[in-house]
Amino acid sequence: MVNQVIFFYFAVVILASAILTITQRNPIHSVMFMLLLFFHIAGVFVLLNAEFLAAVQLIVYAGAILILYLFVVMLLNVDRESTAARANRFWPWMAGFGVVIAAEVILLIVRGTFPSEAGQQPMRLAGSGVKELGELLYQKYLVPFEVASIILLVGLVGAVMLAKKRASD
Amino acid sequence: MIPLSWYIILSAALFTIGIVGVLSRRNIFIILMSMELMLNAANINLVAFSHYSQTLTGQIFVMFVITVAAAEAAVALAIIILLSRNRGSIYVDEFNIMKG
Repeated sequence: MVNQVIFFYFAVVILASAILTITQRNPIHSVMFMLLLFFHIAGVFVLLNAEFLAAVQLIVYAGAILILYLFVVMLLNVDRESTAARANRFWPWMAGFGVVIAAEVILLIVRGTFPSEAGQQPMRLAGSGVKELGELLYQKYLVPFEVASIILLVGLVGAVMLAKKRASD
Repeated sequence: MIPLSWYIILSAALFTIGIVGVLSRRNIFIILMSMELMLNAANINLVAFSHYSQTLTGQIFVMFVITVAAAEAAVALAIIILLSRNRGSIYVDEFNIMKG
């Protein structure tokens, strides 16, 4: 019962801050609402017994990715932002489209059956589960882990190559 | 206890908000942030299924999603800086050089 109330709080704040993120005029306000969203998603992860992922969410998403966004928003000027139109001319159609998609998915979920009883007992892990996660990551999923490091390397090199000035000009 | 379907409904609603943001905003920053919203909706789904099926595989997948999101944010923000330096605008409906 207490868990359900906490879940409702997290869900309401997540959805409200998501809507505010995509409707704010100033991109910096959008980033701030995104920060609020990430904190509450970390709370949902804690409700799901994924404490390590909640920490990763806060450190990597809120601490690194969002700060990168904030830096770039502050590098570019946002003067035009206060007068220019926020949405393109198709936005009422797109909003209606979104409502239709959401209604459809939620209808399917409500009509389907899920093993909700399986969640009665939480995962039986000694401690916080970090050890099990590490063993799984470094043994069974070692090759995808290495591919992820290559993806990060490609991202790093690509960002430097794109952002540096050409030698010819 | 919280039923699994509640998490999936939350995730579906968050994903839809992300789609609407991508399709309707003009500012390329907000479009990128809406993509992050969609990735987070997928993360909630993965962690919820991992919890209810009593395995940790879903949590491993969330780590890979976060890795890809970090790399994507770095490259995309470099592209945005390049766009605003070369064309002086960050509004996607002004990029019509290919007349698409």
